[in-house]
Amino acid sequence: MTTVSSDPTVAAEAATRVGRARTLPPLTPKLVAGVGLAGAIILFGLIGPLVVGDPSRVNDIGLSGPSGEFLLGTTQTGQDVLAQLAYATRGSLIIGAVVGVLSIALSAFFGIVGAYAGGWVDEGFSLFSNVMLVIPGLPLVIIISSYVQDKSLLLIAVVLAITSWAGSARVLRGFTLSVRSRDYVAAARVSGEKSWRILCVEILPNLIPLLASQAVFAVIFAILGEAGLSFLGLGASGSFTWGTMLYYAQNGLALRLEAWWWFVPPGLLIALFGAALSLINFSIDEIINPKLRTQTRAARKGWGFSRRELKTIAKEDEL
Amino acid sequence: MRYVLQKIVFYIVAFWAALTLNFVLPRLMPGNPVDIMLSKLAQRGPVTPETRQAIELLLGTDSQQPILDQYVQYMGQVLTGNLGISVTFFPAPVSQVISQTLPWTIGLIGISTVISFLLGVGLGQLAGWKRGSWLDNVIPVTTMFQSVPYFWLALILVFLLGSVWQIFPINGGYDVWETSPGWNAGFIGSVIYHGTLPALTIVLSSIGGWMLGMRNMMVSTLSEDYIVTAEAKGLRPRRIMTTYAARNAVLPSVAGFAISLGFVVAGSIVTEAVFSYPGIGSALLQAVGSNDYALMQGIFLVITLSVLGANLLVDLLYSLIDPRTRARA
Repeated sequence: MTTVSSDPTVAAEAATRVGRARTLPPLTPKLVAGVGLAGAIILFGLIGPLVVGDPSRVNDIGLSGPSGEFLLGTTQTGQDVLAQLAYATRGSLIIGAVVGVLSIALSAFFGIVGAYAGGWVDEGFSLFSNVMLVIPGLPLVIIISSYVQDKSLLLIAVVLAITSWAGSARVLRGFTLSVRSRDYVAAARVSGEKSWRILCVEILPNLIPLLASQAVFAVIFAILGEAGLSFLGLGASGSFTWGTMLYYAQNGLALRLEAWWWFVPPGLLIALFGAALSLINFSIDEIINPKLRTQTRAARKGWGFSRRELKTIAKEDEL
Repeated sequence: MRYVLQKIVFYIVAFWAALTLNFVLPRLMPGNPVDIMLSKLAQRGPVTPETRQAIELLLGTDSQQPILDQYVQYMGQVLTGNLGISVTFFPAPVSQVISQTLPWTIGLIGISTVISFLLGVGLGQLAGWKRGSWLDNVIPVTTMFQSVPYFWLALILVFLLGSVWQIFPINGGYDVWETSPGWNAGFIGSVIYHGTLPALTIVLSSIGGWMLGMRNMMVSTLSEDYIVTAEAKGLRPRRIMTTYAARNAVLPSVAGFAISLGFVVAGSIVTEAVFSYPGIGSALLQAVGSNDYALMQGIFLVITLSVLGANLLVDLLYSLIDPRTRARA
């Protein structure tokens, strides 16, 4: 209580600044590694396609290993693997981004709005998302995509989003229910704030860390889902993604011919990108759940035990 | 009892939704699947009017019948187990194809999922108990395995263990030449031998999630007051870990197990594609490859049904191990 500003805009600005500082994750090594890795891959997807040559140009060189001309070797028909990889990165990232946005929008709508509205709306929304949750997704995606002959990247993304939002809707609903019943929300309602304002201004900021981690999950899910679908030969037609690269590598007998430069890079990039996103998620998790951050064993060291006492405790723990 | 009824009603609603989805999808899609399928059937043999009508009911048609009548007839047909004739495995009915392939999938996927769950929960419990130990530091590595696309991990393992070192067979469900299906030692041994590599890939790729979830719940539970009380009472650490902490920490994992079953069945499609395993996933892919809509729909129904059934089972079990769910209902 040092300075109380009479100017409401200054006070609000100060409040948002504090709020922003609190929602920003601390710069742990995990987060730095995750953001760095994900950023590098995204940059590769953005810039790569502009630098490399035509990914589908056929060469008479055939299947060959990494060389000066082709840094990652060539496919069976002499296509540049590095060029394919750059385009595939872009394709997969587009899928991830579109599905991430769509499925967060869907799950926020069904989870948050339903939980806030309560009553039969909540019952209906919750039943709907639970039904969507138990209906197996991949078989549904396979069946839908087998009915459509010419599939664009966007169609695949929409289908993946439709089948993947339900899980996070349930998580969001649970959290919204607990936020909704807090006193300050009741106070806002009594003071006559409009519903949409309570939702967007009072409740939503509390959900941002959770939304962020759900979005990261959705992106991982989408990229893996698309890769699986493409690997089965049901992906978008005529476009490059990590999944289609693996599909062609598998069909071109890359494994039998031990052409590691063909099938290792796309899989590795998926794995690295997924790992980077999980690292980011770990950091977000530690914000949501501070219990994961504090080390009870380490805290015990601060309780004033002597070193010998600590050792006996440690020994007991071994038992 | 009210809880059980609630659950059963929910799953009936979910099943009805899946059936309806199955009914609506082919009618929404462009093109006429009936004609595609009948032309495929006609290549294999004469098509009777009855067959035509059955397929029209399954897949939708431009015939004069009002859509509501079609819906009622379709429901009746499905509930009596008449799923139509398969094109891929002509002239076998769809239900026969499914009953031949389903045991393979349930055996392989079911067993390896249970192994992965038990191992993951057990290791996660230890990791959460001894935070900062080497086991705890392994967890980020195992979650790495999760972000590796499953089929890629499987391909690499097949490449290493099947082609380079030739420890395991690389495809199939059993030795087709030297054993014959039946309850004999040779066949069962061959099935286990062929199933080990696929099972290994499933366990490797899914164990990380269980470990992480259990570890985090263990950590949360261990900071509860009643654990401090138990420690203060001087209980043995092992007893605190298993009956005090793990007993409560495992609940979300059990609930997650139900949800994961859906992903498991879905994952089986990819597994079976990599290993050419004779399960229901391979059948689905074959059906997709030859536009066999009747078989596709039948398999989708069976997968949905088994996922729903498994979920119901876990939900009922859950109400036994966590009495709070019953009280809340």
